[in-house]
Amino acid sequence: MRASAASGRRSTLIALGSTIVFAVVVVLLVTNAPGWPAVKRAFFDGEVFRESLEVIPEAFLLNVKIFLVAEAFILPFALLIAILRGLPGPVFFPLRALAVVYADFFRGVPTILVIYMLGFGAPALGLSWIPIDPLFWGVVALVLVYSAYVSEVYRAGIESVHPSQEAAARSLGLSRAKALRFVILPQAVRRVVPPLLNDFIGLQKDTALVGLLGVVEAFRQSQIEAANTFNYTPYVVTAIIFILLTIPLARLTDWLVARDRRRQLAAAGAR
Amino acid sequence: MTAAPALLLEGVHKSFDKHEVLKGIDLALEPHDVVCLIGASGSGKSTLLRCVNLLEPIDQGRIVLGGDEITAPGVKVDRVRRRVGIVFQAFNLFPHMTVLRNVTLGPIRALGASRAEAEAEARELLGRFGLADRAGDYPDRLSGGQQQRVAIVRALAMRPELMLLDEVTSALDPELVAEVLSVIRELAESGMTMLIATHEMSFARDIAHRVCFLDEGVILEEGDPEQIFTAPREPRTQQFLQRIVAAGRL
Ligand SMILES: Nc1ncnc2c1ncn2[C@@H]1O[C@H](COP(=O)(O)OP(=O)(O)OP(=O)(O)O)[C@@H](O)[C@H]1O
Ligand SMILES: [Mg+2]
Repeated sequence: MRASAASGRRSTLIALGSTIVFAVVVVLLVTNAPGWPAVKRAFFDGEVFRESLEVIPEAFLLNVKIFLVAEAFILPFALLIAILRGLPGPVFFPLRALAVVYADFFRGVPTILVIYMLGFGAPALGLSWIPIDPLFWGVVALVLVYSAYVSEVYRAGIESVHPSQEAAARSLGLSRAKALRFVILPQAVRRVVPPLLNDFIGLQKDTALVGLLGVVEAFRQSQIEAANTFNYTPYVVTAIIFILLTIPLARLTDWLVARDRRRQLAAAGAR
Repeated sequence: MTAAPALLLEGVHKSFDKHEVLKGIDLALEPHDVVCLIGASGSGKSTLLRCVNLLEPIDQGRIVLGGDEITAPGVKVDRVRRRVGIVFQAFNLFPHMTVLRNVTLGPIRALGASRAEAEAEARELLGRFGLADRAGDYPDRLSGGQQQRVAIVRALAMRPELMLLDEVTSALDPELVAEVLSVIRELAESGMTMLIATHEMSFARDIAHRVCFLDEGVILEEGDPEQIFTAPREPRTQQFLQRIVAAGRL
């Protein structure tokens, strides 16, 4: 026990040491590059950095809101698509086909095109009964695109549940829908939490694309700042903020994966 | 006037693609009958049980459960399954639910029982089969024998009029077989009507009122266990039993 604690400390020290060496090498390489002084002025201006910090985090709150609202629609909508795709029998062929076309289409078209087409196209239709707010259409575009990805994640989860589980549920007289709801989906969703969180991280980044429609979120705000100061430092600030939000999500994903693996090992050991 | 048979199969045929597994099965179970199905691996024992529970549609013939033809068009399969309990070789417990939730899922969600009612009955059944202290455990914490007993309790909680058991001891370590067999014996003594596919010949001999030998898609020979095991009429039954004896399983 003590030996392993000591060796644990030693490997931590080694990891720390090698990280520092690596960082120093990278910093030296970059700061000795011939163009470094110019890059430093353009991207790492202390003054601009401080000014940006006063406006960009506030704008970033809008990214967080976009993310949360989009996610609230994506999770159920994608589940619906995954379920449609798994419907059995010839009667449901049209629905299955629709779900396949949907997933293929929105995974195939670049997100930025969907954003542009909906964000500029839909309001231009001039229909009085649809919203013209670009923020609205930006969120719709993200929901459409990410639901396609997330539906595939769900589908993989549903298919990973062994058919004998459905047979067992149906043999108790549960309908297909109830077997899905009480037996298959709970197991499927549990298994796909890590890949689901991965898609969350992707969505969080892509909230910046809504800025292309003129919505003043963090990316758009940093464009404005950059134009005002003739300096790129605001972009660096925005990048840092995005990273700061991504890290906890990424670590949470890792932790969940590790926990699942531990549980599986423990379960195998108990038998 | 005689009561309707608990289960009646008439000319049941079942194919998977080109492969005809059941080629005309006739079988009748009276209430409280315990019938064991024996036969080589691949002879269609599991398929037969799955057909009775409507997990597989049949191609020809009819199946009558307690007087109701369940293979007629328009029959509600979920209703039929609520009347028939099935226990599989591989337990198939729901791993994300505790033992208690496994047992109460059917009564609550399929029969519409209240949670309190379903739990009280589940606890009573679990107690009866020596599982009272495992109600809160997840299946992966139980031994194979315990898991299979939970699977039996889960089926019983639906108060079925017929139980189908498919090689319920085949996946178990030898030392765990006895506890499961004793549960089945108790069920038989309590008067449960059962159709049991098994490789455990001595158990079949001990518990069955009748034994059916399934071969080449038909019930080739049917009789009381003494007759089947000591004086089989059909040469194919003799061969099958000789192989079993040679393998040390009788
Ligand atoms: N879903 C299926 N699709 C195609 N073929 C199947 C299917 N289920 C069973 N079969 C085939 O039907 C035949 C009978 O299988 P079944 O499982 O009923 O036999 P069994 O008597 O239960 O065998 P065992 O003693 O090994 O359990 C086998 O040849 C099997 O390959
Ligand atoms: Mg079988």
